[in-house]
Amino acid sequence: MELAYAPEKSIIDVHGLIKEFGKARVLNGIDTSVSAGEVVVLIGASGSGKSTFLRCLNGLESITSGEILISSVPVEKKSKNLLDIRRQVGMVFQQFNLFPHLTALQNIIEAPIHVLHQKKEEAVQIATDLLTKVGLSDKRDYYPSSLSGGQCQRVAIARALAMHPKIMLFDEPTSALDPELVGEVLTVMKQLAEDGMTMIVVTHEMSFAREVSDRVIFIDGGRIVEEGTPFEIFAGPQEKRTKAFLRRISN
Amino acid sequence: MNLDFTIIFKYMPYLMKAAGLTIELAVLGIALGILLGLLAALLKISHTPLRFIANFYIWLIRGTPLLVQLFLIYYGLPQFGVKLSAFASSILGLGINSGGYLAEVFRGGIEAIPVGQTEASLSLGMGKFLAMRRIILPQALRIALPALGNQFIISLKDSSLCSVITMSELLQTSQRFASVTFASTEFYTTAAAFYLIMTTVISVVLRSMEWRLAVENRTRGY
Ligand SMILES: Nc1ncnc2c1ncn2[C@@H]1O[C@H](COP(=O)(O)OP(=O)(O)OP(=O)(O)O)[C@@H](O)[C@H]1O
Ligand SMILES: [Mg+2]
Repeated sequence: MELAYAPEKSIIDVHGLIKEFGKARVLNGIDTSVSAGEVVVLIGASGSGKSTFLRCLNGLESITSGEILISSVPVEKKSKNLLDIRRQVGMVFQQFNLFPHLTALQNIIEAPIHVLHQKKEEAVQIATDLLTKVGLSDKRDYYPSSLSGGQCQRVAIARALAMHPKIMLFDEPTSALDPELVGEVLTVMKQLAEDGMTMIVVTHEMSFAREVSDRVIFIDGGRIVEEGTPFEIFAGPQEKRTKAFLRRISN
Repeated sequence: MNLDFTIIFKYMPYLMKAAGLTIELAVLGIALGILLGLLAALLKISHTPLRFIANFYIWLIRGTPLLVQLFLIYYGLPQFGVKLSAFASSILGLGINSGGYLAEVFRGGIEAIPVGQTEASLSLGMGKFLAMRRIILPQALRIALPALGNQFIISLKDSSLCSVITMSELLQTSQRFASVTFASTEFYTTAAAFYLIMTTVISVVLRSMEWRLAVENRTRGY
């Protein structure tokens, strides 16, 4: 389909992205661009390829064909740029993936010290500020196991932010949380969006999509079926499959 | 038959010294084994052709007796111009041998760590080696600790085989005194007691380490 949005200053460009696992084609020709500061929400049924798409964006999966550019630099599995790109693209996982042998603070300063070669005092200072920002300044010396799911996810967000990424990818960041803990994570993400972070968020939280996102993309069968502003997608979806999906999740 | 254990006392200083050598062999041997085992485990899980070398090493070591390995190192290598002292041969033999078993122990520990840990590390811009060293191995070694302790005990007992390549460790020393005094039972019983004390001490230390880790792990939710 035609790009409904041709951003002037795109930070992510995806052209003809195809991803196959063996014989199974999971992404079947994705074309899209994301401009700096944009908040994009990805929706789609289970197995439609949302996670795979995110994982291709930071090179956790190698792509079968097509092209992904982050700030005009191609994401390629073999490229030396891959580490650089990953430093610019933060990722937040459904299962948090905090390092269990490290405290909240240590989780956050690990990569800045060993990847960016920051001085420890500097890294600790930044991490302390980030913990305050996500509302966890009193938990800096706790291990992940003594934190709630919502607190873990906020530490994970702070950990990603400590690398000063230009882009943040969220893969169902609240799906593993008890309902009463979802809000605290969404609040942090909303704040981040207001600060101007470029974000791609896979989520089933339609309220977040409505209130925070600039654009909603509906993926089905490894293709972008429909995209538009939250209003366009939620109030007047054009495609049958989008309508069916929205009906299903609203029940 | 009359046993007279008082004869042991006269030889006690020598037996203690020999037991010291046994500990030295076991400690240095397991240290080398840890290095080799880690290296082999890392090669084995790497997707490079080098993993075949690791597989070959593990297969060779686990499929042949330590005694044969010691003979080959001490008596065989000199034919290729590599002449090692009995001490060096013993450390090398015990190290290579325990390394073959520890490789599987470490591999198991590494593979027990959820793949999400590696993915989180990579997504933070860490390279594979950094992620392994800082994130995966510290967790994997905790898992491997009980089996590592077990191998240490095995290596300590296995060091008695070094007696046959002229090492004056605990067994060989006991053997020598037994043959000059004809008090075989006394000396071999004493040797057995020494081994038992050493392995028991290791077990107790290990159990307390594991217990401490378990408490730590409980607070960390492993
Ligand atoms: N490593 C893999 N090997 C083989 N198949 C895979 C792999 N990862 C994903 N798939 C397949 O690709 C398809 C898309 O998976 P993906 O995880 O991207 O879906 P998703 O949209 O994120 O779904 P969900 O909402 O359940 O998270 C699925 O059919 C899945 O089984
Ligand atoms: Mg998914």
